[in-house]
Amino acid sequence: MIPEWLVPTILTIITAATPLVFAAVGEAVAEKSGVLNLGVEGMMVIGAFAAFAVGVSSGSAILAILAGAAAGLLMALIFGVLTLYLMSNQVATGLALTIFGLGLSALLGYGFVGKTFGGLPKLDIPGISEIPVIGPIFFGQDFLVYLSVAAVIGVNWFLFKTRSGMLVRAVGENHEAAHSIGYSVTLIRLGAVLFGGAMAGLGGAYLSIVYTPLWVENMTAGRGWIALALVVFASWRPWRAFFGAYLFGGITIIQLHAQGLGIDIASQFLSMLPYLATIVVLVLISRDTTKVQLSAPACLGKNFHASG
Amino acid sequence: MTELTETPTEVITPRLELIGITRRFPGVLANNNVNLKVMPGEIHALLGENGAGKSTLVRFIYGVQKADSGKVFWQGRECTIPSPRIARQMGIGMVFQHFSLFDAMTVEENIALGVEPELAKDNLADKIQRVSAQYGLLLDPGRYVHTLSVGERQRIEIVRCLLQKPKLLIMDEPTSVLTPQEVEDLFKTLRRLSGEGCSILYISHKLQEIKELCHTATIMRMGEVVDDCIPSEETARSMAEMMMGKNLLSPVRANRHEIGAPQLSVHGLSVKSPHHHGTDLKDINFEVRSGEILGIAGIAGNGQRELMEVLSGEVPVGNADAVVMNKKSVGQFGPKQRRKAGMGYVPEERLGHGAVADMSLWENAFLSAATGKNLLNKGFILIDRSTEFAVSVVNGFRVKTPGVKHAASSLSGGNLQKFIIGRELLQDPNIIVVLQPTWGVDAGSAAAIRQALLDRAADGAAVLVISQDLEELFEVSDRIAVISGGRLSESQPTESLTVDDVGLMMAGLSHRGADPEPAPGTGEVEGPRVN
Repeated sequence: MIPEWLVPTILTIITAATPLVFAAVGEAVAEKSGVLNLGVEGMMVIGAFAAFAVGVSSGSAILAILAGAAAGLLMALIFGVLTLYLMSNQVATGLALTIFGLGLSALLGYGFVGKTFGGLPKLDIPGISEIPVIGPIFFGQDFLVYLSVAAVIGVNWFLFKTRSGMLVRAVGENHEAAHSIGYSVTLIRLGAVLFGGAMAGLGGAYLSIVYTPLWVENMTAGRGWIALALVVFASWRPWRAFFGAYLFGGITIIQLHAQGLGIDIASQFLSMLPYLATIVVLVLISRDTTKVQLSAPACLGKNFHASG
Repeated sequence: MTELTETPTEVITPRLELIGITRRFPGVLANNNVNLKVMPGEIHALLGENGAGKSTLVRFIYGVQKADSGKVFWQGRECTIPSPRIARQMGIGMVFQHFSLFDAMTVEENIALGVEPELAKDNLADKIQRVSAQYGLLLDPGRYVHTLSVGERQRIEIVRCLLQKPKLLIMDEPTSVLTPQEVEDLFKTLRRLSGEGCSILYISHKLQEIKELCHTATIMRMGEVVDDCIPSEETARSMAEMMMGKNLLSPVRANRHEIGAPQLSVHGLSVKSPHHHGTDLKDINFEVRSGEILGIAGIAGNGQRELMEVLSGEVPVGNADAVVMNKKSVGQFGPKQRRKAGMGYVPEERLGHGAVADMSLWENAFLSAATGKNLLNKGFILIDRSTEFAVSVVNGFRVKTPGVKHAASSLSGGNLQKFIIGRELLQDPNIIVVLQPTWGVDAGSAAAIRQALLDRAADGAAVLVISQDLEELFEVSDRIAVISGGRLSESQPTESLTVDDVGLMMAGLSHRGADPEPAPGTGEVEGPRVN
């Protein structure tokens, strides 16, 4: 009744989507505060490397994950200090951060090529995790998958239900006004940027210790950019970013399976599918320009210099 | 250094006293040794031209900006105001000129952001409704700010201050965007607050209002306090002259000049607004003849922006005959073609629409006058000629700037507006369309701008002025029409109208002027908001 390929496919889709969820949700918070950090790819790849290196050296998955998050956070700190305190251009700095991250991780990771890491233990609740279909999908994941869902719920709650979240949205919406009311635009933005970095680092860590538990140069393969696109496509809403990540991950996996089944379409076209689909959905979503303008943080990408 | 030794001779201690406040910005002395005293319950006007240092001073009082030197006494005690939060705790509230609101958030969220967290905690919506009912400032806490009219936005700021029971309320140009009726309502609220003992520090360019409302006035020029006066004992003119330090030249109309053939005609123009919450234009008809100024009055958000876009060609209309310039149907022409056909226009936003902020003045002059003034040679910019043209604008319209190589954003609002108007007028257009020509511009510059428009009409151009400043429309227009809810009334000769007539028509309460769909007259009761 249930096709035997269904559950494994869904499981791989979840694994493919989770790093995107982390990175996109983190970036959504940073962008909501008005900071456009194009360095997601760089932060992710450094996170992936740090997690893998610490994981292999210490053997501890927890340490590996913490290292990934911390490494992403450090990268974001560089970005934050440059753009928020030294007023460098956000776009240029973000691009530089990506190039820097890719280069640095390749250099440091040279010695780790070819090693493997054991991966993360999966949740196993006797009786429940064995229920067909539902068991493995909902009760048989590693804890980072649950954490990614919790992050979406948490960020959504934070942004729209708490006063601090309101402040984040306020500085992204109108930094001059937030400043004249008396809030520290710079500190709030730094916090948001650091959170975004840590989340990108987690996304990277998931890649190198779960998705493909080994280290390859440039292993993020553009996922940071996809995460960035997802944030816009989700009109800066955490839940939409979550579904976007699963859409992208889903099509990626399904087209892989299609290639495996030998469907008579050139594999190059199939490989384009996830990107094409993302672009199409992006365009469809942004048809209503006024709506997009309203959900877009009005001060996105603009530096703030307090005159006082 | 003038030293005032504190002698407690006065019975009442001032609510706020500033002594010797000095603040220097790179290249400018924004405040130089400013002294100011505001008594409890007093409505105190702060007067001065653009760039006189009023905003810097009040931003300092509210803790947004710091001073280089000087002392502050709050209710007789010396203190410092390091941040707006401290200012609010002391009892100082401020309504900003450019509202400090967040468009994509609700009224309630906006207010929550501007008050202490304890106050925002429980049942803020109820508190908002209580205060707004108490002072007649109607607000719906759940509405999004971008859907509100300017007057309603201002109410948010005022309610935000009132919730914290202020002892001093600072208002920076509160009436520049309000209709006469809204101004009346605001004054009622302010008088009531003053009666309850709240001091009000009031900045405005509208001297007539200051005469009506304020108990005392302090006049600033070039960062210094130059005079004090009792506004009720002065005339608007005498106060303007104190501000400028010289005589004010009111715009004069040239003696009856010829009113010629229609230059700009609009027939049966209906356009759907391209904006979110915009106003659709419905069956607009009017004509502007050469030598004539037609004024269009209306509360912001009633279709002015849409009308301007259609007239300038930014939004082409399907029916080419809907807009006719000098017998030529131009409905489908874009802005550039309309310029070629002899139209000049000045949009409302100076920076970003009227001028590119980060480009120099000569580049901005070039952008609009490239074809009109032949500033191009086979695709190359004739820099010398463009510069010459920009210099002629600066000289002809007395724009205060160190030079035309400076960025447009470095000019004060009034100066930039003079530059933009001059740039358009010096291209000798047959038709000139202007939206809010003197918004936030000081008296001297406003007079110069209005004079330039009058002169241009006297030279035979057809001039259309869209504005919500009724004094201005009455000063320059030959005929006035009112736009309300996207419909335009029949125009009437200015002599046959009073400011009150037009004010009521703007609020949609009266339908003098043959509105095709007369709104039911509701007499004194406030009608439904048009926005």
